[in-house]
Amino acid sequence: MNTLEAVGDLRLTGLTKRFGSFTAVDDLDLTIPQGSFFALLGASGCGKTTTLRMVSGLEDPTAGRIYIGDTEVTSTKPYKRPVNTVFQNYALFPHLNIYDNVAFGLRRRGVKDVKKQVDDILALVELAHLAKRKPTQLSGGQQQRVAVARALINQPQVLLLDEPLGALDLKLRRQMQIELKRIQTEVGLTFVHVTHDQEEAMTMADTIAVMSAGRIEQLGSPEELYENPATTFVANFLGQSNLVAGTVTGKEDGVITVDTHGVRIALPESRSRVESGAVIVGVRPEKVELAAGNAAIESGRNALPGGVVTDASFIGVSTQYLVKMPWGQELSVFEQNTGKEIYRPGAEVTLHWDATQTFGLDGSQDIEAGAEIDDEAAK
Amino acid sequence: MTKTFDWIKAHTLGFVAILIFVFLIAPNAVMLLFSFNQPANKYNFVWHKFSLNAWKNPCASADMCSSIKLSITIAIITMILATALGTMVAFAMMRYRFQGRTFLNVLLFLPMAAPEVTMGITLMTFFYNTTGSNSLGFDTIIIAHVMFSLSYVVVTVKARLAGMDPTLENAAADLYATPFQTFRRVTLPLVMPGILAAALLSFALSIDDYIITVLTAGNEVTFPMYVYSSFQHSVPAQIDVIGSTMLLITLAGITFAQVPQIIKTRKA
Ligand SMILES: Nc1ncnc2c1ncn2[C@@H]1O[C@H](COP(=O)(O)OP(=O)(O)OP(=O)(O)O)[C@@H](O)[C@H]1O
Ligand SMILES: [Mg+2]
Repeated sequence: MNTLEAVGDLRLTGLTKRFGSFTAVDDLDLTIPQGSFFALLGASGCGKTTTLRMVSGLEDPTAGRIYIGDTEVTSTKPYKRPVNTVFQNYALFPHLNIYDNVAFGLRRRGVKDVKKQVDDILALVELAHLAKRKPTQLSGGQQQRVAVARALINQPQVLLLDEPLGALDLKLRRQMQIELKRIQTEVGLTFVHVTHDQEEAMTMADTIAVMSAGRIEQLGSPEELYENPATTFVANFLGQSNLVAGTVTGKEDGVITVDTHGVRIALPESRSRVESGAVIVGVRPEKVELAAGNAAIESGRNALPGGVVTDASFIGVSTQYLVKMPWGQELSVFEQNTGKEIYRPGAEVTLHWDATQTFGLDGSQDIEAGAEIDDEAAK
Repeated sequence: MTKTFDWIKAHTLGFVAILIFVFLIAPNAVMLLFSFNQPANKYNFVWHKFSLNAWKNPCASADMCSSIKLSITIAIITMILATALGTMVAFAMMRYRFQGRTFLNVLLFLPMAAPEVTMGITLMTFFYNTTGSNSLGFDTIIIAHVMFSLSYVVVTVKARLAGMDPTLENAAADLYATPFQTFRRVTLPLVMPGILAAALLSFALSIDDYIITVLTAGNEVTFPMYVYSSFQHSVPAQIDVIGSTMLLITLAGITFAQVPQIIKTRKA
């Protein structure tokens, strides 16, 4: 069977890659439905590029299999796979002009009349006027768009994008995001999009896989991952979280009660990963509100009293607070600008939020996992 | 005071550049000048009077012109063989891990590092003991020239290959190019400047080699050998004519090679 015509879901089973004794990709099991937009999100060095290289055939897996539909392509040569890549470093051919770079794939497959297709795709990425230039005469962002066009023009079953928008400024980035998403929906290709940028992953992808140290930490829709992170890594890496360690003290009517630093917190059972013992309770900063001093909090809401504001930054639509808790931990709160009082540093406050917005994680994990990496990526 | 100092500072680089340029160009200028000389005696060392004789009659000595023909033939064959072999060696060394790769690396530097006389004697001894003393001649010169040019070719092509981004070949494979198409469409065009430089280098090394050639030439006489031996009884102005012609051809070649570049930059 001609592997170039394989159609269907992209399936990875037990995919592993070791470089010497170092495991870059660790026993990956993944099904990416045909026609879906899949984002692979993770910190630098976690194995994203290596995974893509195995799918495109440029790297031989140490173990595991790769399927496109029912066709196994694990050891198929890269030029016989219906897969194209937008490389992280663009990898444009320096001796060919933009037009010939973009036409390269079509010509290798023996397509005779490439002009119309090349012109169309160059117009799409707004580079028609630069067709005769060499890659070195283009800006970083323009080169990136050529790389996207060069892969996209082949309309492969699976398009692998290795941080394809990294070098673009915010405006162009948004524009390309919309464009890529539109093309993907229109042509129904499977996109596997690697990115550092969680916002990009969330706005574009149907499914996100958060990867860490060669493994998938969690896989799901953007909402699922954001609302119900499975690990502290995901909770910290995807957006920000307030995570507080505690112990389960009881369970009643689908609500788990947790003791954290002497305070009783209610946690919906459906949103908790553990039902007894050590637990980490979490809540997203934008769901938390502040009340002055030890004001009484209505029932149905969780409250953490005794906080002292250490930093308040007013940024127009919201105010971002850092609040130091009696046990020394600093929690963050994003309060929307609804005309409420702004608390100054030094003010005593109680944090409170809708109890159903609380999530619970396995208490044996590192509470800071993924947090530092995210800060770095944000810079 | 500071003004003069500033002026000196600003112009030192230009001044040094001019000095170096003069230093490089002077011998060639003298050669060109003396090709128009009509020497008073057999030695074209002292300016006597302007004449076009040597240029009108470059082959006054038949031996000289046959020696030039021989030198050019040898240089062309050497260039083709050394470039083809050296390019293959360079690819093998860059692309494959094999036993003795490091050793081969050292071996390749040997002809560059070893004194030429030693190499010449060694080669002569080698030919005496293998193909016999009668075998010295055209073939042995070629073998010797290919041998010492090879290292330079390998080093030049290897440097070019090492500077090539390996993901370019990945990208070609990803875009449906078979290994052969990848080589033809991507690798070869990118390495070509290195291969051309290596070819020029091996031609230049071969055409002016004296020491090794003399020791492996048997009865053959190449141009450098002719010049050196003629020195015993005469130095005709024709030698300067040949030298000048080579210089002009080289200059024309370099200029010509840059024309497409210049046109392109103009257009862009
Ligand atoms: N050829 C190789 N030999 C040895 N180690 C390698 C090789 N390629 C990658 N690695 C290692 O494997 C790990 C994963 O690399 P990979 O390139 O997949 O990371 P990544 O997730 O794409 O990172 P980034 O976001 O920085 O691009 C890294 O620790 C890297 O050092
Ligand atoms: Mg990468």
